[in-house]
Amino acid sequence: MTDDAAGDVVLSLEGVTRRFGSVVALDHASLRVRRGTVHAVLGENGAGKTTLMRVAFGLLQPDAGTIRFQGAVRTIASPAVALSLGVGMVHQHFTLVPAMTVAENVALGGRGRFDPRAAAARVRDVATRAGLALDPDAMVGALPVGAQQRCEIVKALARDVSLLILDEPTAVLAPTEATELLRWIRAHADAGHAVVLITHKLRDAIAIADDVTVLRRGRSVFTGRARDTDEAELADAMLGREETATNAPRVRREQPARDSAKAGGDDCIDAVRTTPVTTPRRDAAQPAAREGAPVLEATRIHVRDARGVERVRGASMHVHAGEIVGIAAIEGEGQHELLRVLAGRADPVSGTLTRPATVGFVPEDRHGEALLLDATLLENVALRDAGARRGRMPWSALRALTTEIVRDYTVRNGSAELMVRALSGGNQQKLVLGRELRDAPAALVVENPSRGLDFRATTAVRHALRAARDDGAAVVLYSSDLDELLLLADRVYAMHNGVLTETARDRELVGRAMLSA
Amino acid sequence: MTPGLESASGFLEASVRTATPLAFAALGECISERAGVINIGLEGSIICGALGATVAAGVAGAGAGFLAGAMAGMLIALIFAFFTVWIRADQIITGTAITLLSLGLTGTLYRTLYGSVGVALSIPTVGVVPLPGLAQLPLVGDAFFAQPLVTYALYLLIPLCAWWLMRTQAGLALRAVGEQPSSAIAAGVRPRRVQLAAVLFAGAMAGLAGATLVLAQAGTFVEGMSAGRGFIAIAIVVLGRWKPLGVAAAAMLFGGANSLQTLFQAMGWQNIPYQLFLAVPYLLTLLVLAGASGRVAAPAALGRRELGGS
Amino acid sequence: MLTASSTPVEQLAMAPSIARGSGAVALVVRTAGLAIAALLVLVLLLWVTGHDARAALSALWRGAFGSWYAITSATLVRAVPLALAGLAVALAFRAGILNVGAEGQLLMGAATGAALASLMGTAPAPIVMVGMLVVGAVAGGAWAAIAAFLRLRFGVLEVISTIMLNFLAQYLVGWLVRGPLQEPTRVNPQSASLPDALHLPLLLGGTRLHVGVLLAILLSVGVWWWLRETAGGFRLRAVGLNAAAAASAGRIRVGRTVLLAFVASGALAGLAGVVEFTGVTYALYDNFSPGYGFTAIAVALLARLHPLGVLATALLFGALEAGANAMQRDAGVPNVVVSVVEATLILLVVAAERWQSRSVAHAESAE
Repeated sequence: MTDDAAGDVVLSLEGVTRRFGSVVALDHASLRVRRGTVHAVLGENGAGKTTLMRVAFGLLQPDAGTIRFQGAVRTIASPAVALSLGVGMVHQHFTLVPAMTVAENVALGGRGRFDPRAAAARVRDVATRAGLALDPDAMVGALPVGAQQRCEIVKALARDVSLLILDEPTAVLAPTEATELLRWIRAHADAGHAVVLITHKLRDAIAIADDVTVLRRGRSVFTGRARDTDEAELADAMLGREETATNAPRVRREQPARDSAKAGGDDCIDAVRTTPVTTPRRDAAQPAAREGAPVLEATRIHVRDARGVERVRGASMHVHAGEIVGIAAIEGEGQHELLRVLAGRADPVSGTLTRPATVGFVPEDRHGEALLLDATLLENVALRDAGARRGRMPWSALRALTTEIVRDYTVRNGSAELMVRALSGGNQQKLVLGRELRDAPAALVVENPSRGLDFRATTAVRHALRAARDDGAAVVLYSSDLDELLLLADRVYAMHNGVLTETARDRELVGRAMLSA
Repeated sequence: MTPGLESASGFLEASVRTATPLAFAALGECISERAGVINIGLEGSIICGALGATVAAGVAGAGAGFLAGAMAGMLIALIFAFFTVWIRADQIITGTAITLLSLGLTGTLYRTLYGSVGVALSIPTVGVVPLPGLAQLPLVGDAFFAQPLVTYALYLLIPLCAWWLMRTQAGLALRAVGEQPSSAIAAGVRPRRVQLAAVLFAGAMAGLAGATLVLAQAGTFVEGMSAGRGFIAIAIVVLGRWKPLGVAAAAMLFGGANSLQTLFQAMGWQNIPYQLFLAVPYLLTLLVLAGASGRVAAPAALGRRELGGS
Repeated sequence: MLTASSTPVEQLAMAPSIARGSGAVALVVRTAGLAIAALLVLVLLLWVTGHDARAALSALWRGAFGSWYAITSATLVRAVPLALAGLAVALAFRAGILNVGAEGQLLMGAATGAALASLMGTAPAPIVMVGMLVVGAVAGGAWAAIAAFLRLRFGVLEVISTIMLNFLAQYLVGWLVRGPLQEPTRVNPQSASLPDALHLPLLLGGTRLHVGVLLAILLSVGVWWWLRETAGGFRLRAVGLNAAAAASAGRIRVGRTVLLAFVASGALAGLAGVVEFTGVTYALYDNFSPGYGFTAIAVALLARLHPLGVLATALLFGALEAGANAMQRDAGVPNVVVSVVEATLILLVVAAERWQSRSVAHAESAE
């Protein structure tokens, strides 16, 4: 490894600031990437990791700051400029054209003639040299996720890039694939290239990176050598001390969820006066009520996705009233389909399923699945169970209900006749939660409820989930953020390859169970 | 030649003649749709091309007519592109408006220029240029190789488009834009530019279609003479499965159906309702559309407004 | 932190709600702006083509509103098919269905009405009369149902299928008026003219205004009320706004709603055709519809897909077309010039909406 040598700096970002409207996504963030090294960029969701790398790749223009490439100050106006400088990026969400072959995807963006045979040969050549297995003539849409990612990497390497940026590359991969990829990244850097690895996985960073930069709220809060630090220090840097103390139990400092709810409840939950709490909050030590039959119960259910692929293979689980059950999984393990079945939005092909008539459902994709953006708050509230309604719409009752939700869930600036599009993401989410919790459903299914929300909205949403639980709802929670999951859940199932395994609420154990059945 | 062969050859010749403007328009539309833009305003480019060709040919001859036709078609396409490509307005709605605009505009200009009753307008037309050797082939010789020059240009253009689409980087980029614009952007392609070029090309082709109608067929301008050919072109693209060679074949089919009337008259079959035969290609297109599900043939981003996202 | 002051993001997000202009004033200003712009385009075109704009505009006014006869027998009579077909388009578009097949559905309605009239020539007139209206609507709905089926079963874009169905309907009419429905002398390609007893009753003596105008008003109000007040209407709107959310959050059966909306749209267009047949033309022939189904798209869009707005824009377009004929007769201005005005109006509306939603999208990117 080259981490002792000063190493010439390939890319350096200095004092980069980027605002979206009046939100500051990057606040004088800095990053120096040395040749022949893996540089891990760590941070929580929304810390600015991806934004920073989008600036480096020319997808966003900084409002302030300097970008130097090989020592020279550069303006990276577009990805085309970045590529010409030798910066390649593999996005978290693939940027492939499914209806084209691997060779066509790799060749895309060039000039002049396109010779499929030469393009295929080039792919074969690059892939072999990089040690990646890839069939150049395969249709990308038909490839498994791991192969699609190899295609993305080959696409970048084919441009002869000297710096490769990988955005959460292991998120979509099976554990063995992830290990293989990390090993490849290490080898690629050892061959003299530079790699930026954007991740929120501390362990990955420590294991293969030479340098680590931690971003929090758009600032570079930690920069150093990986071997000189440990997970605890990085976790503190990612979260900031005060937040670690009041909100999230972190690695090796786990606390019961109820405690943190209480601790956080007084000073940071300003935003929510949730549904009038009828039952007093239970004592932290007391386990959740488990009497009686489970509200939600699935036994060996199998579920197929829209394309007919079996995504859930004989999963069993049960959820009682008054508990939050967490589902831990990496991307695409069947949780998407499982949650929709539990929420009554889809049906299993086989197995037995007990679920109440109405289940509240808060999907991850608010704009796509939960809201009519160009309709009023009133109409969005009316949407719940509109499918079963007969006759006339009880608009005046619904208007009163909307006003109540706006008040109880502090949907800021909300009013019945306002377009939902005009609300911020956090307030949209509060509206969805309020709508789904309004008639105190026996069960609630929630998917990545705080994704894309700011800190205060996140706190409010978490509080609302706990309040629903305390009011006796059976809550199923999936969060791609394992820390959030462990923070909120009373019990945890890990989902791997369509199968559920109940796991102790322990980060190590859950993490391991997520990655192998 | 036997009478039967003669009428068959005549039928083929009429089919090719009818198919020529259709194929021009459909070829342009094919490229435009591969870039993700469905242009219902094609009809407008055709009728404007026809009027442009009429005016220019009257002044400066047939060659200038074709050029002016293409330019006029492109000008209308430019308006369409401003709305759909630049400000990302809905393609269907804009296309409808563009067609309406063009029909009104050409009608007004024509009556203003040539009088409201429509003076028996006579303008130079292009003659048939038999290709030596090929034109002597039995059956197909006269039909395919004794046509105006513009038809031969089409013969060249079809394989050229097919080659360009599949064998050049620009073609690759265009297909990527029609399938997954966000991925194209990430690869350094500029979707707006690509779509603008595609729409303008389609406009020029549609303008040529209009010019062909006037200069190689009717010999005069008639209000509304595009007669739905822009819409037929869209059907042809579907039937041709969004491939230039398929489009050429589909255009022949539509041309053939339109020429059956001639054949029936030649054969003395007066009682066959030819309108029903005219309907056959459309029925076929619907069936192809229904059959194509599963094996998706249409560009994935066709008609979509947003360039970002997945 | 508990104070009422909102975060910067939220302040920013308020802007579009203001820009959206829910107030009536903004709507009036906007509409007046559009009208003035369209008028300017017309004047410009007249000027370019060397016509006397003053004379032309005064002829336009006389033809549309200049006399009682002009209002009732020209403007209103022309507005009826535009209102019914415009309503058809508006209903489909509200459900997110790009039905550009109103023309074909309209033709099928007229053709079926004509067929029924020729089949039931001896039955009591009121029964045949009502029967024609019913089968006209049913035929339009059935024609639309084909496109709905193709979309739901095979995922065929309705834009493309309805274009095909327009051609099919056109050729079907072409065949009918030369075949089974041709008039008895078998000379002209048109149907036998409808006996007086089967004409839609006139509303006012001495004019051509038939009861179809009442039907159009009644249906516009009915559709407006249904969309606004009923669960079915709400479902239709929800599906049009976001089908995935309607299905997931609303547990709405999207396929069913799409089918219903498509068929209802087709039925309205079919009704437009049969009303035009029994109220105005009294016969079926090749170019029975001068593109009502396409103009209807403009009518619906200009009304911003509002059922009551459709009445107003249909009246505007009816007046434009009635006036255009007078303009051609009295001032020598080609009547097709109004197509340019109509197209300009659509394009202006489209552009205005895009700019508005752009400013919203811009604010959203702050998230």
